[in-house]
Amino acid sequence: MAARGTESTAAGEQLAMTLEFGHFALVLALLIAGLQTVVPLAGASRGDPRMMAFARAAALAQLLCVAIAFGALMQAFIISDFSVAAVANNSNSRQPLLYRMAGLWGNHEGSLLLWISILAIYGAAVAVFGGNLPARLRARVLAVQGAIAFGFLAFTLFASNPFARLDPAPADGAELNPILQDPGLAFHPPMLYLGYVGLSMAFSFAIAALIEGRVDAAWARWVRPWTLAAWTCLTAGIAGGSWWAYYTLGWGGWWFWDPTENASFMPWLIATALLHSAIVVEKRDALKGWTILLAILAFGFSLIGTFLVRSGIITSVHAFAVDPARGLFILALLIVYVGGGLLLFAWRAPALKGGGLFAPISREGALLINNLLLATAAATVLLGTIYPLILDTLGEGTVSVGPPYYNSTFMPIILPLIALTALGPMLSWKRADLAGALGRLRLALALAIAAALLAWWLHGGPALALLGVALAGWLFTGSLTEIIGRSRALSPGGLARLRRLPRAAWGMTLAHAGIAIAILGMTGSAAWKQEDIRVLKPGESAEIAGYSYRLEEVTPVPGPNYEATRARFTVSAGGRQVAVLHPEKRFFPVAETTTTQAAIRMLGIADLYGVIGEPDGKGGWTVRFYYEPLVPLIWIGFLIMAAGGVVSLSDRRYRVGAPQRARGAATAEVKALAR
Amino acid sequence: MMRHRLLFLLPVLAFLALAVWFWLGLAPGRDPSLVPTVMIDKEVPSFDLPPLIAGKPGLKSADLKGRLTLINFFASWCVPCRAEHPLLLDLAKDNRIQIDGIAWKNRPEDAAGFLVDLGDPYTLAVADQNGRTGIDFGVYGVPESYLIDKEGRIRYRQVGPFTEDDIQKKLMPLIAELSK
Repeated sequence: MAARGTESTAAGEQLAMTLEFGHFALVLALLIAGLQTVVPLAGASRGDPRMMAFARAAALAQLLCVAIAFGALMQAFIISDFSVAAVANNSNSRQPLLYRMAGLWGNHEGSLLLWISILAIYGAAVAVFGGNLPARLRARVLAVQGAIAFGFLAFTLFASNPFARLDPAPADGAELNPILQDPGLAFHPPMLYLGYVGLSMAFSFAIAALIEGRVDAAWARWVRPWTLAAWTCLTAGIAGGSWWAYYTLGWGGWWFWDPTENASFMPWLIATALLHSAIVVEKRDALKGWTILLAILAFGFSLIGTFLVRSGIITSVHAFAVDPARGLFILALLIVYVGGGLLLFAWRAPALKGGGLFAPISREGALLINNLLLATAAATVLLGTIYPLILDTLGEGTVSVGPPYYNSTFMPIILPLIALTALGPMLSWKRADLAGALGRLRLALALAIAAALLAWWLHGGPALALLGVALAGWLFTGSLTEIIGRSRALSPGGLARLRRLPRAAWGMTLAHAGIAIAILGMTGSAAWKQEDIRVLKPGESAEIAGYSYRLEEVTPVPGPNYEATRARFTVSAGGRQVAVLHPEKRFFPVAETTTTQAAIRMLGIADLYGVIGEPDGKGGWTVRFYYEPLVPLIWIGFLIMAAGGVVSLSDRRYRVGAPQRARGAATAEVKALAR
Repeated sequence: MMRHRLLFLLPVLAFLALAVWFWLGLAPGRDPSLVPTVMIDKEVPSFDLPPLIAGKPGLKSADLKGRLTLINFFASWCVPCRAEHPLLLDLAKDNRIQIDGIAWKNRPEDAAGFLVDLGDPYTLAVADQNGRTGIDFGVYGVPESYLIDKEGRIRYRQVGPFTEDDIQKKLMPLIAELSK
């Protein structure tokens, strides 16, 4: 790699060509996005089928151009072309291939290109799979997608050009921030972006519906799979991010209420609300305005998150390097899309007529409460995230809002929601029999109490933890009760009926049971974690939670682009060795940064967790151990939730080209065009 | 009907208020450290705090006489503290000044763990678990730092995290002057 300077000029020129080509493709994408916005919108209002059809072609061309740009930049990262500023600032020739590739989204410019690429993928997906949408709706949806792409492409090209060059090119690059050089971080940003950007689909559908002035069951059915896909990716992305924080930040926590985490959590809360309210629109033709509002807000929160993380107005551990001019640009985009969307909402939504009436105690009522609690929870997180900023701009100084705030505000909102989650699916539409529903949850209630008593007997408290265990038991059993009761699985022929249940029913059960499992994990980690910090010399041991950790040795180990200090602990219980832990401290000389690699070993449903700290200069090392009971359940629960999303997504109702729907859509289209 | 319509305007109005705040937050030259304090040039409030790790010495206000000290309020749950931490580690190499850390509203185990992971710039690290001492100092939130001269008077207050610039332009000249 050091021999880069001696490469033949011909190869060098070819390389430069590829990059210029990529840059050019991005400019072309901007032009196409502009046309994709204007032409189909005009076509839809005039009823011109050819202009509307243009949207599909434009979306596909858009994907092609963006893919070329992405490929060109990826190539520059892979071959370490340091004449590209983004590469020189965020990559180093000694980095392993995976982290050279991950370097692309480990920085502001490159990650923006990833954002745009994913937007283009979603747009193209509507063009390809949206054959069953009415032509007008499809044209408008794609036009709104084009408008979003236009703004972000302009931002990329004019304020964050990933193809900016350095002349002369440096001999080697500055290296990707070492804390990001981790498999977890290589994969979780693309997953999160699939979620964030996927919410733009719900937004586009909402705007298109407001322009048309019509929201009906068909609309809800079309928008739901996109929201579900985005929600599933967001769930997996958040789980991946918290898992990464758990083992690299190295202090046994898995969620820090960091602005960056909140930036992904707020859209998740709203998207969850939207998934539920869209059901009401689909089944009962009610809550239309509210559902549209949620669709706008879900994407709005994802843009607000982007703004908070990239503008630098709030300090965060893993924010990008920042520039106020860029902050202003994103703020302008935020105002145009979210402000514009909400303005359109204020103008058009009052005219949306809701059909279905329902009693307060009904499935609709329960879903409405679910929505209100989720929206309040999102508002609480937003307030906590921007409170430091509010005080600061008022000249009241800066504060740091931490877990004390969230524990006292977020918990009281989310706990009743969880209690309700088991009850809601038991209620029937329109008007429900509360006593009957509660009666069917007898077993869940009994098991919840039993679980709390068991926890009390094992650990003796605290009260909030017992409540957590009880809620987990209640929700888990309640979800199983619901699906068993619905399919009468325990009567003859039950298994067959269980199999024939719609996938969406299975999806809901999985998602709800996943929450229950994750809550058990969160409770265990919050209440019964045990820890110890001390200085150990090799040969000495420390005891925690019945496990004895013996520091065997501390050795230097060279890595590809870092120097590691690796400790070896043998862990034994009752005189028998149960695990060997190898925590590391890694020093990256180029970035002059040290990172922590915790050693984690899962034993049953508890984690043994070890970290090596600084030497004390007298032959000892500061070491830290955690015994983390139930913690693995957090990520298992999240994965089950995401699996619920995938299963629900495969439901026949949403499958592309389901015959009766295609026919219905076709007639609707003919009618629309005839008007 | 009219009231009904106004209700639909609410989201966009709330959003615009938020956007204004964001815009204010972006204003160039926003300097959180410019917050005035009544504590400047006053004697430090009296306190006596236990160490983070049992067996190490604690810190009380009387200890501050005769040495130039930077007191840094921090917490393991505080994100800006993490951002500020490498600068403190750098500053700790300066022999003219002693940095003492007060873990504010933080479990001592968590605060100690924070120092194990990120390195320990503090000569003395003590715990203000219920935040009393922070209140006496007038701490808005963490991180916050106070430069205390050899007579035990507060000479400089940093609200929010230090930046490289703050240290070079504000703190260093004061340290040079006060350590004479």
